[in-house]
Parts: sequence; C-alpha cells; structure tokens
Amino acid sequence: MEALAELRGLTKVFGNTLAVNNMNLIIPRGKIIGLLGPNGSGKTTLIKMMNGLLMPTAGTILINGQTPGVATKAKVAYLPERTYLQNGMKVCDIVDFFCDFYEDFDRERAFTMLSNLAIPFTAPLKTLSKGTKEKVQLILVMSRRADLYILDEPIAGVDPAARDYILRTIITNYNENSSILLSTHLITDIENILDEVILVRSGQILAHMEVDQIRTEYGQSVDAYFRRVFAC
Amino acid sequence: MAWNLDADKPIYAQLVEIIQMQIVSGQYKAGDRLPSVRELAAEASVNPNTMQKALAELERNGLINTQRTSGRTVTEDNELIRQTRTQLADEYIKNFFLMMKKLGYSEEEIISLIKHAAEEEK
Repeated sequence: MEALAELRGLTKVFGNTLAVNNMNLIIPRGKIIGLLGPNGSGKTTLIKMMNGLLMPTAGTILINGQTPGVATKAKVAYLPERTYLQNGMKVCDIVDFFCDFYEDFDRERAFTMLSNLAIPFTAPLKTLSKGTKEKVQLILVMSRRADLYILDEPIAGVDPAARDYILRTIITNYNENSSILLSTHLITDIENILDEVILVRSGQILAHMEVDQIRTEYGQSVDAYFRRVFAC
Repeated sequence: MAWNLDADKPIYAQLVEIIQMQIVSGQYKAGDRLPSVRELAAEASVNPNTMQKALAELERNGLINTQRTSGRTVTEDNELIRQTRTQLADEYIKNFFLMMKKLGYSEEEIISLIKHAAEEEK
C-alpha cells in the first residue's frame, strides 16, 4: 500500500533563518510516531506545512498522494499548538460545529470522551481551565475518523490521570490504516505507545528509528537518549 | 493500571516476560483465551504493534496458540508451562547471585543468608 505521507526535499526559509532544511520523510500507515526535538528545531514549521498553513520554500509534501489542500484537510485531523476555538461558545456547540465541518466526525465518540473526562457539555469554553480547554480541543481532533492525526504538543497542559486516559484513547481508537504524528517534550509519558521516533535538529532529521531499536542499540530509553544527544 | 516497564530495556521483551509470568503464575491458565491485542495494549498502555510483536514471540515459543476463529489461547501443554517456569526461576536466581556477588558475598555466605531469611519468613 502507498505511504500515507511522503515529504521530499522539504525546505522552509523565513528571512535569513532556515527553519526546515531538505527533509525527506515517509510516514507509513498504522503507526504512532513521535516528532521530537529541542525548541526551535522546526517541528511546528514542518507540521504547519503538512497542514497547508505554510507554503514550503522548496520540496514537496504528498498526503494520500495529494498536496496539502481542501482534500487532505478532510483526511488529516490537526491539533495546532494554539487554540482557535471561540471562547464564548459552549462545548456542545463546538461539537456541532465540528460535526458540520468534518464528514468523518464521530459525535458519539466525542460525547463519550467528554463525559469520561467529566467535562460539562453546556459550559462556555471561557469558564473552563486551561487544561480542560486543551482536553476539549484534543477530544474534537481525536473524534474524527481521519487517516492522519497530527498533534502539536497534545498533552502538555493536561494532568497525569487525564494524560493516561488520552493515551489509552489513542491506543484504542486509531486503526491500521491511520497514523498519528505527535510532537512533544514529554517523552517518558508517551514513549511506550510510540512505534517510531523522528529526531529533528536545526531543521534536519537526525534519526528516524523504532523505539525498541533505540533501547536495544543504546540500552537507554528514548527520553535518556534524547537528553544525551541534545545535551546543552 | 499500566504495566510496570523499565526504561532501559526493549519494551517488547518486557511484555514477553510479563505475559510469560501471567501464564506461569496461573493468572491465565492452560487453554484460557487471551484478550485481544488492542485490549492487552490498552491494559499495558503500550503500542498495539509492540504488543503484537510480543505475542508473536510467545507464539513462536509455543506458549500461545492462534485459533482461527477465537483469537489467541494459552497452550494446553502443561509440560511447556512448567519448563517456562523453571527457565524464569533460573534467570532470577542467576541475577540474584550476580547482584549479591557485586555486594561482595561468597556463594556460601549467600546460601546461608538465604537460609536465614527463609527461617524468618516462617
């Protein structure tokens, strides 16, 4: 089967800064992949290009064989680093909003997750805490039956118990035709659920390996490996 | 509750060990049906592909069989389960001796310490 996403020679320049430098990457189906790297290494720029929010300076991105646009957005569920939801909207109205927007949205799944995390349906978003808002946004994204989930820092502000629930949800919800690409600094929390990790430094891919390959070859966790490779 | 996994060893090898332990200790008995890959992965909080790999390894060892219609079951070969138990015991003892020797104990001292500890257990 063809790769889910394919990046060739992908480059992005901002003024004098080379944010993404000639990246080549293949994302297969049925994998959970961690995108790891220090601050400013190009993770979010890469993610924004894959979602059609930034145009590459050079190179190509193909998702299901298509360049990012209307068709790929119907198949890619994207959690941005910052929220775009209207603060005055109620949780249930936002669910309706997503239902109208995305054909692959599973309303029932959204409400199940909201009630499991005890998030009040009728509360306006502005009355919720920062962490709860993050949960709402993540639930909306994970309630789509997408081919590719791209999550930019999905669990940063979420408490450890809810984090466990979210990770379990990721494990049980994704299927063998879809993949999840997620960027995070909380490596210890997520490395057990990852198939592969992509390490980026200064806009380039430093390594693309399986988690157990790192543990076998270096005798240390991905977290420890990251701390060693990127030691300041 | 996620399974307790070490940070520095391959995840799949640890899953193999834990499931072996569950079978040897009788948590899953000979002939029992195992939960699905996805259920086990969620229980352990690990990647389903990693769990799949661990189960494949246990299948190669013969401890688990795949039934065409009813998923995976624990082997009914009690002799094999006993052998696995002995193997695990050997490994634990080897590791124990290794650690004790690091602490500077001789074999005789270790054995007398074990006897002493066993007496106190009673």
